[in-house]
Amino acid sequence: MYQGTGVRPPYARLDDWVAAMPQELRSLKQAEAEALFRRIGITFAVYGEGGDPDRLIPFDMFPRVFAAAEWAKLERGIKQRARALNAFLVDVYGRGEIIRAGRIPARLVYQNEAYEKAVAGFVPSKGVYSHIVGIDIVRTGPDEFYVLEDNCRTPSGVSYMLESREIMMRMFPELFRENRIEPVDGYSEKLRRTLASVAPKKCKGEPTVVILTPGHFNSAYYEHSLLADLMGVELVEGQDLFVDGEYCWMRTTEGPRRVDVIYRRIDDAYLDPLCFRPDSMLGIPGLMDVYRSGGVSICSAPGAGVADDKAVYCYVPDMVRFYLGEEPILKNVPTWQCGKSDDLKYVLDQLPELVVKEVHGSGGYGMLVGPKSSREEVERFRAKIVEDPGNYIAQPTLALSSVPTFVEEGVAPRHVDLRPYCLVGERIELVPGGLTRVALKEGSLVVNSSQGGGVKDTWVLAE
Amino acid sequence: MLSRTADNLYWIARYMERADTVARLLEVGSRISLIPSVHGYRSEWDSLLQATGMADSFAKKYGDPVQRNIESFLFFDRDNPSSVASCFTAARENGRIVRTALTTQVWDALNTAFQELKALERTPRSELELSRLTEWVMRHAAMVRGAIDATLLRNDGYNFLNIGYYLERGDNTARLMDVKYYVLLPRVDFVGSGLDNYQWTTLLRAMGAQRAFHWAYGGEVTAAKIADFLILNPQSPRSLATCSAGLVNHMGRVAKAYGRETAAQDKARVLQAEIEGATVEAIFEEGLHEYLTRFIAEVAVLAQAINEAYLSGEMR
Repeated sequence: MYQGTGVRPPYARLDDWVAAMPQELRSLKQAEAEALFRRIGITFAVYGEGGDPDRLIPFDMFPRVFAAAEWAKLERGIKQRARALNAFLVDVYGRGEIIRAGRIPARLVYQNEAYEKAVAGFVPSKGVYSHIVGIDIVRTGPDEFYVLEDNCRTPSGVSYMLESREIMMRMFPELFRENRIEPVDGYSEKLRRTLASVAPKKCKGEPTVVILTPGHFNSAYYEHSLLADLMGVELVEGQDLFVDGEYCWMRTTEGPRRVDVIYRRIDDAYLDPLCFRPDSMLGIPGLMDVYRSGGVSICSAPGAGVADDKAVYCYVPDMVRFYLGEEPILKNVPTWQCGKSDDLKYVLDQLPELVVKEVHGSGGYGMLVGPKSSREEVERFRAKIVEDPGNYIAQPTLALSSVPTFVEEGVAPRHVDLRPYCLVGERIELVPGGLTRVALKEGSLVVNSSQGGGVKDTWVLAE
Repeated sequence: MLSRTADNLYWIARYMERADTVARLLEVGSRISLIPSVHGYRSEWDSLLQATGMADSFAKKYGDPVQRNIESFLFFDRDNPSSVASCFTAARENGRIVRTALTTQVWDALNTAFQELKALERTPRSELELSRLTEWVMRHAAMVRGAIDATLLRNDGYNFLNIGYYLERGDNTARLMDVKYYVLLPRVDFVGSGLDNYQWTTLLRAMGAQRAFHWAYGGEVTAAKIADFLILNPQSPRSLATCSAGLVNHMGRVAKAYGRETAAQDKARVLQAEIEGATVEAIFEEGLHEYLTRFIAEVAVLAQAINEAYLSGEMR
């Protein structure tokens, strides 16, 4: 928020707001916000971190703000990246031009765990594999954004974007009168339009869209039911669906009803026990056959995960150049791949300075934050890397930007990241906003809720 | 609507109504136990457990039917699927599963009851009067019911909720009346005595129907009037007549909305016709206990038919 001695322009009004808010009122509002979250039943462990389905994530009332021009640049960069990722997916399940051109190693793609041989040669409706692309972004300077990670399967947390806004508007209506804040509530409508736009060819008329959830024990169940509610579509479990003939059907009180588009929030491996894990109770036997013959669309498409691997991540800027013939607007964080011997040597030398992550890890688990770790921890991690170098990547600890956050003593800077949600269907669009996660511990770089992170409302100011 | 959604709605209603009845049973039991005890006969609490069909599982776990154990078993015990705690928890869990089919207010009512239940479970038992517990249950059951009536769309989901309510309520009224049978079993000569009337009155009071009964019948409390009130009177909100009429109504609305009748509608109509054609004299002729037992069995058959027609998702 602060720049030199002054306040950065987008935060100017908020500075006055904080100054005018007495401590008692702040505590009162904080308690009110938590009560609202609990009453509505917004529970979540963001990013599939698992844990207690009834747990609340901490909510910070201090919003994170983007000026219109900053957002415009981000938006262009995100859409560009989402386009490139989808082009890549269609390519690697097709002719594999990018591999033939020697721009990405074949083994990274074809030996990737997320590569689904079952869909090789298949082009989904409208050529879209990843319909909801969640791109995690950090800012390191006034005009410098880095992409930390792409999420092409089923990125979660969007309910927090929607509910944080809802709660802020309820608690601080004056802020919304005084600031011109772009609304995010068009999200569900855009999502619905996106899903309907990729209905399979065999579908005539208005497509029936459903959300497929693993069930109410899942930590993101609240989000699944909120999205179903906002879109007015059925929230189904595997047991509600079955395959008969060329189509997929759901069991209703009026008899079977055809399903055209499935927004699935379960992993590939559980989708169809006949095709993937035979022990899966969550999926629908025979679904993949119907999918491949164009009887149903699955969003995101099975196999989309091959594009969001941390090893493949290094090549996304190349994808932008290769498929779109453009220069990437958003940068990658410099990344060393421990599977390459030169990179490995560098990483082992500089280990205490670096952040090291497992290629398939998530949620802040299985990672090393060098500067925050003891010598012992660093050495333990070194042994793990040496044992299986291909399983790790390393990045420098960036000078992450921080934003003002309410803490015990008042307001203090805390590190944040941002996940906007880009929708890809017949067109590509995103709402002005996203999920801001904040590291509530002083100095911490880890924003995962399992590691003491919270969420904030994200504002994009109108011109 | 999804069969599973309908099934969950139906069970939310059944669990809430069941918890309400269990609370009312506790009320009956504690009031009956306040009258001078009938030495040498089975305990009133035991008769209460007999009527709910839970006597065996209680005996296995607790042994003697003393009040404190009964309270534990009927209110707090999670091993007892019909305890208030089990029912409230299951209803809230079902509500969480079908949140998209409920309004915020209905969810709020279910969730608030659950959160308060957790607080009650942490409270020392010495601080919990039985009357406080039973009133608490009835209040929350009423809040859920009220939120449903005030805010829910009158669609098929609303009908399935009501089908659950009426089915469970009819079944429970029959079981509550049956408590009388077990209490009176030892000595037929109690019938018509002061003790007998006190027990009947207690039963009415537990159903929150004591004053309503007096408005409807006036004068003296007799077994025949009470049977008429609780079985045959369509004015009585808990009577078997009211419940069967409610079932026929809501199942008719489902059939109309779907443009299709099933075996379940037939069974409901038969049940209703049987009650409408009955008289108190005929019921007493058959034997009140026998009549109620038969009714409970018929309700179970109807529940099975509803399940097959709408809730299991198996029909094609």
